Amino acid sequence: MAKTKTRDRMNNEINAGSMADIAFLLLIFFLVTTTIAEDKGILVKLPPWSDEEPDITKLKERNVFSVLVNAQNQLLVRDEPARIGELRERAKEFIMNPANRPDLAEGPKNAIISLKNDRGTDYDTYLAVYNELKGAYDELWDELSERRYGEPYSDEMPFAQRKAIRDEIPMVLSEAEPTNFGEEN
Amino acid sequence: MAKFSKKRGKSSPAISTASLPDIIFMLLFFFMMVTVLRDSDLKLSVNTPEATQLTKLDEKSLVNYIYIGRPTQQYQSVYGTSPRIQLGDKISSVDDIPLFLEQHKVKLPEAKRSRITSSLRVDGEVTMGIVQDVKTKLRKSNQLKINYSAGTRTDELD
Repeated sequence: MAKTKTRDRMNNEINAGSMADIAFLLLIFFLVTTTIAEDKGILVKLPPWSDEEPDITKLKERNVFSVLVNAQNQLLVRDEPARIGELRERAKEFIMNPANRPDLAEGPKNAIISLKNDRGTDYDTYLAVYNELKGAYDELWDELSERRYGEPYSDEMPFAQRKAIRDEIPMVLSEAEPTNFGEEN
Repeated sequence: MAKFSKKRGKSSPAISTASLPDIIFMLLFFFMMVTVLRDSDLKLSVNTPEATQLTKLDEKSLVNYIYIGRPTQQYQSVYGTSPRIQLGDKISSVDDIPLFLEQHKVKLPEAKRSRITSSLRVDGEVTMGIVQDVKTKLRKSNQLKINYSAGTRTDELD
């Protein structure tokens, strides 16, 4: 009992001086463990799955921009070998057809890009090809938007403007079931 | 002038540090909010390719991650060297994807479920076969918004 007495006599206030140190310790812990990781990537909307066979509609050959990638990561664009670097420009020219050539798309609304790869294609190559094809559309949207609204195409634009642009140049990128010739690893 | 300097001289020069803990706590809370503790450790080596047409994924809770790559050295004796799929922190097969998606979905409110994105973190060296299987499974499970995770490329293509 005597002990409590001595305790009572003491000043019963907790010293808050070390509070800052404790907070600092926690702060440093969170500073170290923090990863303000940004996840970026190519956003893709897959077509819904259907068990039915897709009905084959005959498309005019001039409206289809076929891109084939084989297991050796080689490209065949409209039945001719091509490089990934030139893909974007060719796709843009195909979609818009500024010179009204008879072998390119009738108009952006009719243009269809068809991408087909092999199961043995490297993901690296596949993504590079996809990136170029998406890039072609992105650039065309930017150009159209710049002409019409004086600013590049972005998600901050009003929905109506975005829709108008996407109606003008709809992105039709169809992916066929891959072939199975190459070796998978 | 003398009057002013006299007055100042009298006041104590020490800055009060009483509010220091509050400032530190404020910083602490900020970092606590933005911190995401790594919840799954990678058993696969995933080196995503680089691209230019990137979109940022902003709402983290709406994203689930599917990793595809070769097992790292320490797991090669268990899982082999051919590409595998990792969901959460487990090496899984394609058939586990629907359950994985469902487990993620039930945690979210109904209104947000249509905005769920699957982020595919795929190693660049992997061939498309396994990626295609995953894509097909995602389509069958009606998870159609996907994101091919990629870094930013700055140099030109050849």
